Amino acid sequence: MEYKDYYQILGVERDATQDEIKRAYRKLARKYHPDVSKEADAEDRFKEMAEAYEVLKDPEKRAAYDQLGANWQGGQDFRPPPDWDAGFEFSGGFGGGGAGAASFSDFFETLFGQQGGMGGMGGAGFRSRGEDHHARVLIDVEDAFHGTQRNLTLHAPEVDQQGHVRTRERSLNVRIPKGVRQGQHIRLSGQGHPGMGGGQAGDLYLEVDFKPHPLYRVEGRDLYLDLPLAPWEAALGARVKVPTPDGPVDMRIPANSRSGSKLRLKGRGIPGKTPGDLYVTLKIIQPPADSEKAKAFYQQMAEEFDFNPRAGMGV
Amino acid sequence: MTGQQEPLSGIILDETTTLTLDELSGACRVERDAIVALVEEGIVEPASRETTEWQFVASQLPRVRTAMHLYHDLELNLAGVALALELLDEVNELRSRLRQLEEPF
Repeated sequence: MEYKDYYQILGVERDATQDEIKRAYRKLARKYHPDVSKEADAEDRFKEMAEAYEVLKDPEKRAAYDQLGANWQGGQDFRPPPDWDAGFEFSGGFGGGGAGAASFSDFFETLFGQQGGMGGMGGAGFRSRGEDHHARVLIDVEDAFHGTQRNLTLHAPEVDQQGHVRTRERSLNVRIPKGVRQGQHIRLSGQGHPGMGGGQAGDLYLEVDFKPHPLYRVEGRDLYLDLPLAPWEAALGARVKVPTPDGPVDMRIPANSRSGSKLRLKGRGIPGKTPGDLYVTLKIIQPPADSEKAKAFYQQMAEEFDFNPRAGMGV
Repeated sequence: MTGQQEPLSGIILDETTTLTLDELSGACRVERDAIVALVEEGIVEPASRETTEWQFVASQLPRVRTAMHLYHDLELNLAGVALALELLDEVNELRSRLRQLEEPF
């Protein structure tokens, strides 16, 4: 197990005041909160700092942590000394509900026990519905058009007959329905954590996330695509093939189309009762002047056209 | 273990599905009162206040979860949460417009 340097994670000195710790945490949390931040590793960073703050904000836990000594380095292999927490009592549960509260490190759990306050609930006659479980599933845009299946491995805490909390691994094969959109949740009834004392199991909520696609950008139900055109296709009009996640379709390009103009393919977005649309932005790409013949052709165009693209700028 | 079994099917929580106050609070792992407070602050809106029990459009679930995360993790008050959510909506919209403009070719 790795030693965690909670002071280093929050960027404070070991003798920082409680106020300094709070300030440091809040500042970092605003920057790395996964609901706010676009940093790639925001979620992991935030979990780490939420765990560090959970310990350092609580004087009892902080004192116990400090007792381990200042000679440990973050990442060093760590075993807690026997009786390390003698004389400390950790009162109160852990505030749940936060984005970082889902799973703390082994290091934390060895020192301070499992969070979640499930101990003591196993008594006879106590009956409660299991907690809902949240997980995220990453799919391709194409999967939203055809539906797909995903094999998920979920980790759920479970209380055994001796009252110990352990993590149980569970694998599920889940159907991702056609028509699902970015950020939507899928609910699977009864697939959350098991209930206590014969209580109902909770539900499983899957949040759908789309992988970035090399061609399409997704906004709600609609897709956006940049479509390259040759100058003559844009000028004279053309019938061109346009890729869609459902396979290529034909589209008519009107004559005199300009670069940047947007055409709509109705109903070619994400399927559903009201299917989305596919918006195509035209991008005119000129052929390279990389041969004598091509250069001569551009030269001829320069002579034939009386065209100043900067006329509107007064130059 | 269950890998070879018939896949499980769920329902998409979209605009056509509603959640009761209990379902919404269960799914967000918060007390009913927390949701009521979010409604009072105008952060989420029940689909209809007429019925004896509030119903929420299921697509509001992510918003409630984000609100509760911000409340706990950033130690914001509800007015701060409401402001943060509105600004996040705006930032997300601007980011997506920016992506559109910056898309390389």
